[in-house]
Amino acid sequence: MNRRLRMWVLLLGLAGTAAVLAAAAFRLPAFGTDFHPYGDRAVREALARQTANTVAAVNFDQRAFDTLGEETILFAAVLGTVVLLRQARDERHVEPAPADVAAPVRRYALVLLPVTLVAGLYIVAHGQLTPGGGFQGGVVAATALHLLYIAVDYRALERIRPLGVFEVGDAAGEAAYLVIGVAGLLAGSSYLANTILPHGTFNTLSSGGTVPLLNAAIGMEVACAVVVLLARFLDQAVEIEGEGENAGGNAGEGERK
Amino acid sequence: MNHLLPLAVATPLMGAALLVAAGRFVPRVVAEAVGGAVAAATAALTLYLLLAVPSPVIEWVGGWTPHHGHSVGIVLHADHLALGMAALVSLLVLAVLVYSWRYFDEPPRKHAGSFPALVLLFQAGMCGFVLTGDLFNAFVFFELMGVVAYALTGYRVEAAKAVQGGLTFGVVNSLGAYAMLLGIGLLYSRTGELAMRHIGAALDARGAPDALVLAAFVLLLTGLLVKAAAVPFHFWLPDAHAVAPTPVCMLLSGVMVELGVYGTARVYWTIFAGPGGIPPEAVTRTLLTFGVLSAAVGAVMCWYQRHVKRLLAFSTVAHTGLFLIGLGLLKPEATGGIALYVLGHAGVKAALFACAGILLDRYGSIDEYELHGRAPELRLTAVYFAAGGLALAGLPPFGTALGKAVTEEAAGPWLAAVFVLVSAVTGGAVLRVTARVFGGFGPAPADDAECETSGEREQPETEQQLTRVPDTMLAVPGALLAGALLVGVVPAVRSAVGSAADEAAAGVTVIPVPPHWSAAGMLLGVLSAALAAALALLAVRRPQHTRSRHWVDPLRLLHSGHIGDYVAWTVAGTALLGALAVSGVLR
Amino acid sequence: MMDVLPYLVAAWVFLVGCYGLATSRNLIHGVGCLAVCQTATYVLLLAVGYRKGGTSPVFADFTPGARPVVDPVVQALALTDVVVGATVTALLLALVIQVAKRHHTLDPDELSELRG
Repeated sequence: MNRRLRMWVLLLGLAGTAAVLAAAAFRLPAFGTDFHPYGDRAVREALARQTANTVAAVNFDQRAFDTLGEETILFAAVLGTVVLLRQARDERHVEPAPADVAAPVRRYALVLLPVTLVAGLYIVAHGQLTPGGGFQGGVVAATALHLLYIAVDYRALERIRPLGVFEVGDAAGEAAYLVIGVAGLLAGSSYLANTILPHGTFNTLSSGGTVPLLNAAIGMEVACAVVVLLARFLDQAVEIEGEGENAGGNAGEGERK
Repeated sequence: MNHLLPLAVATPLMGAALLVAAGRFVPRVVAEAVGGAVAAATAALTLYLLLAVPSPVIEWVGGWTPHHGHSVGIVLHADHLALGMAALVSLLVLAVLVYSWRYFDEPPRKHAGSFPALVLLFQAGMCGFVLTGDLFNAFVFFELMGVVAYALTGYRVEAAKAVQGGLTFGVVNSLGAYAMLLGIGLLYSRTGELAMRHIGAALDARGAPDALVLAAFVLLLTGLLVKAAAVPFHFWLPDAHAVAPTPVCMLLSGVMVELGVYGTARVYWTIFAGPGGIPPEAVTRTLLTFGVLSAAVGAVMCWYQRHVKRLLAFSTVAHTGLFLIGLGLLKPEATGGIALYVLGHAGVKAALFACAGILLDRYGSIDEYELHGRAPELRLTAVYFAAGGLALAGLPPFGTALGKAVTEEAAGPWLAAVFVLVSAVTGGAVLRVTARVFGGFGPAPADDAECETSGEREQPETEQQLTRVPDTMLAVPGALLAGALLVGVVPAVRSAVGSAADEAAAGVTVIPVPPHWSAAGMLLGVLSAALAAALALLAVRRPQHTRSRHWVDPLRLLHSGHIGDYVAWTVAGTALLGALAVSGVLR
Repeated sequence: MMDVLPYLVAAWVFLVGCYGLATSRNLIHGVGCLAVCQTATYVLLLAVGYRKGGTSPVFADFTPGARPVVDPVVQALALTDVVVGATVTALLLALVIQVAKRHHTLDPDELSELRG
């Protein structure tokens, strides 16, 4: 299809879609409306179960099944990336070269590493109380490890990042969520029921029943998943080369012939 | 027993987690056996819930049963249709895992379990999508099956076409999913609910529909029809199905695309069928337009393919169009017919893809021209291929023929003609391939056309080119075709499918006669099968039929493989949906 | 006008993303445009859940009932949406890397193997 025809089809489509969306916008409740029946119920139920962060209550208690699906999408995407970015038959593996890092950068990144790691874990642990939780904290924790890449070089990162362990951790996080779900079933309630643990005292670490447990499972899965995911992309940039490619050249660039 | 319902999703997920964790320690045989066992266990669970527990099986996950009619939780609403689809998905996954037993040359290093794990995740996504009664949860599982499907499509990363097809698939389907999510946001703001039934009730309580309801309908249907590959949302499908590994194609064409039709039906019946939804005339007009368009484009494009998997992919587009027509009639008889048709089609199409895979692995080609007369020794595969072609064409007593006959009866003469023609052309194309490839009939076709995907020089998917076809690869298509036959032959199956469809469709007050064979339906089935055979015969006798300058070239040029084109058509399709449905809300 | 402006912004962002995706000359840019389309869903969800004068629905530092809060459900949905978007983007970029390796180009105009 030539460019002109595509533009015509596209513009017609955009005009029609725009009309539909705009007409709908004017029929929506006014921005800032007081009409939030589901939200009001969700807040009530969250407080009844001693969960200060009501968003966490929605994610890990009331609609925990959504979060199971969401976690699984991440799990599936990581597995998919592992498969898609594997070393193909016509590619080879090269050792990454050591890199020189400016001293201030090195110092700053090395100081930041433990701080970031602790911050990530803190965010996971306080998911039921304050904004954050397993997803956010897990990403922060995974980022911490990669500061080593910035501070030293890729080989240093590889030494503290045994991918096999992280892959198992990824799967274990996924499995832990599923097991906590089954625990609800075995306790005589239903799948993912937040009734197996006491709901604790409002606004303390031990509140929310299974919410902190599910947050921990997610935190573990996300941290490991992000490490594995980034490793696959970094390997492509640093370690995997096509045939006839110069050492140090980047695979994945379009220019090579 | 209702509490067991979430396990239909959780079991395959657990299996996938196990396979990923243990995949580097266990040999490939163990990983594949575990995958098969988990898929079988899930199939057993869904069949148990289907057969032994009174319908509908309703479960509020986490025990959030509604108080005063409201809940904050997620409901799984599994009537017989939903459980039947979940069982179909699970059985087909099992068939695929058996078919792909030691299929791929080698799994990624230290990841022996990655292919069965991805297939189990796919199964979980599809089961979750059919069982859920919550709109946002449906989006989540919709995305899950999407993500897994993109990765599986690009699985053979050494193949240039495979990664391109996977990317196109991913971009177009993700765009559809985001449109769907916008629609969910609109409905949430209007009703403050996410459970589909509660949304429907809230819309009805509010009275006649307005622009917001229309927009929500259009956006939800955009996402679902992209998945169902209705024209003009269909462009991704042939690109993805032509290149995905064969076992994956069996799942994509056999059930995933049909889930788009299922989702459309579910969303219409539970949300938009009431007085606050979209009026039936508008829905009929919309679905019939998309259905007829898909059936026509799919059938024509199917006929002019030489890449056998791409040919089968276009036949899926055509048949999905027929399903949309049957659904759009909004008659209980037609709905029952379509349910049977989908069931039969799943077996037949999966079997045909399985046979195409055998060709690919045996001869390193999937091109009708190149394979001309090269496969006379594969007698059983030839029989399967011919039987599959006849079943697609609607030869009684296959389940496809029964579904087609029942729907035709409800559809009236004009639409019945569409059914006959489309099934004859798609079945005829398969018979033509059979005659040329296995029988070597007719002169070898000349290689000329420019605007097409050929299937020459394809990498076999197995370790090396097969010299002998493994028994598992031959047993699976046989079993699938036998299943499609049983759907048409066993009276208990057809009455059960009929009543499941009646139960699921909204507003069925009079229980109609269960689907059955009628003399007229039999006759039309035989007619379309004969027409298919005649078309195939004509084609092999006159190979110049597919010469390079041709009236169909403009249509073929639209299938350009260009992501930008496909996105433009998707947006245009959304606008078309709006134009067709708008009269329903104008007062 | 403020009553509908956020909704119109969501619609605009979605359409702009579609335009960019359809006219893109680079697949990485295209995947970015897809992410723009998805941003529209965040804008819509969060706009739909806003309550005038509402604060975040996290009761760590104020007593429940003291102030109105915005709808926590859409925030949870948006979180799910963010995770979905990030992972889909990652997977699509992995495919783009392979396309670049196998086709030696990132320009969709030059990918011509699948057609007809």
